Amino acid sequence: MSFSDAQFLGYHRPDGQVGVRNYLGVLSTVTCANQAAENIAGHVRGTAVFTHQQGCGLLQEDLDLTRRTLINLGRNPNLGAVLVVSLGCEGVDAEKIVEGIASSGKPVELVRIQRDGGYFAAISEGGLKAQKLASEISMQVRKEASIQNLRIGVKCGASDPTSGLASNPAVGQALDQLIAAGGSAVFGETTELIGAEHLVAGRCETDELSDRLLGMVRRLEARVIQHGSDMRGGNPSAGNIAAGLTTIEEKSLGAVVKSGTAQIHGVFDYGECPPSEGGLYFIDSPGREPELLAGLGAAGCQIILFSTGIGAPQGFPFIPVIKVSGNRNTVKALVDFIDLDVSQVLLKGESLESAGSRVLQYSLRTADGHTTKAETIGYNGSTAIYQRGPIV
Amino acid sequence: MDFSTGQCILLHDKDNTLTALLSLAAGQEIALKTVQGMLKLTLRDEIPYAHKFARRDIEAGEDIMKYGEVIGSATAFIPAGAHVHVHNVKGKRA
Repeated sequence: MSFSDAQFLGYHRPDGQVGVRNYLGVLSTVTCANQAAENIAGHVRGTAVFTHQQGCGLLQEDLDLTRRTLINLGRNPNLGAVLVVSLGCEGVDAEKIVEGIASSGKPVELVRIQRDGGYFAAISEGGLKAQKLASEISMQVRKEASIQNLRIGVKCGASDPTSGLASNPAVGQALDQLIAAGGSAVFGETTELIGAEHLVAGRCETDELSDRLLGMVRRLEARVIQHGSDMRGGNPSAGNIAAGLTTIEEKSLGAVVKSGTAQIHGVFDYGECPPSEGGLYFIDSPGREPELLAGLGAAGCQIILFSTGIGAPQGFPFIPVIKVSGNRNTVKALVDFIDLDVSQVLLKGESLESAGSRVLQYSLRTADGHTTKAETIGYNGSTAIYQRGPIV
Repeated sequence: MDFSTGQCILLHDKDNTLTALLSLAAGQEIALKTVQGMLKLTLRDEIPYAHKFARRDIEAGEDIMKYGEVIGSATAFIPAGAHVHVHNVKGKRA
């Protein structure tokens, strides 16, 4: 099915991106400002708060990573405006974060707890600023946008055998159809490439991209080995073989198949945002949910497709996270988590192309404003930013 | 044969393997709707749940395809309907 002429209703931003939600983002720059950020957001409707445990006491590489992640989260088109909440003495520069977000053209304000005179003063100052910003964006309306403006991120978690047979390949098909229609998609989880990196590297558009991606896998693996562990070897195991997995390539593909089969158009570091053009992008990232979802948010994804077998609950404060499952029991038992049922692939012989079209169609309606299960129950509070070095 | 019983799945149109969704017996008839039309074949071997079998004849040395990607190469001729596993496939990586 071709989606070339597909449209969605979104919020057109000054930088040309199109949001599918219209929140005032309240971003904490550092752990110490989290509570103030949460309390300010708690007083103003239409806010989405993002907190984390970074921003200070980190090596320079990680301070840079925190800064660019916060800037690019702030620039995510699902935020109509942003309030940055800073303590004042943290390692990341709050002014630079404000500047980085403001260059997208959206309104941004800053609260500094130490300079503003403490917690209550910051709540008051921040509350008034948040009220003004939330009011400003409240009159923005959804307008038609083409599918070329849609960027979808992918993740799989709480997997089971149905993940590799139904939900992952259905999500992969949805991405192939999105990219064929001119949209863009982002995947990550460098840890899951170990052993299959040659296959993913072989899908890169240029040798330079391929080298960059292989370098990311090597760097991660070297760090794992440094800690006395090994993620390679013994693959596939006797148990894997008995279960039907023949080669290491096949095992690793079960996880990366959710990225579809498109060529990889760009390879980016965690916290970076690929350019606003169509195609498939990779971001260097861990597999753990909170860090990966934030990385996809920083990469400009308006929607995240989350493939699950057993059922994972987590959403994200300002990005709809669509749970797709091919396990009929999970779909029935966890009605408050699972958005989309693709078990028909296994039970009714539905083609993956058809399931992929359903996934993309569902994503477009979610873009229009249909809320996900995680959004309706506000299950979105476990947020984090990645870190590579030690906490110091 | 009713293809909607979920006997097996074709994970990508480029694949030369099918994956069993049930434990299938040797001699069983398989029917599957594909982009190219109805695919019918008879199983030569018993295929356990989630194991693979050949969608068509595969020559020795030919790439083994699943998920639309190469997962290894055939170490012997594999006729359509035969079990595809470690006895007739080796990884390119290993």
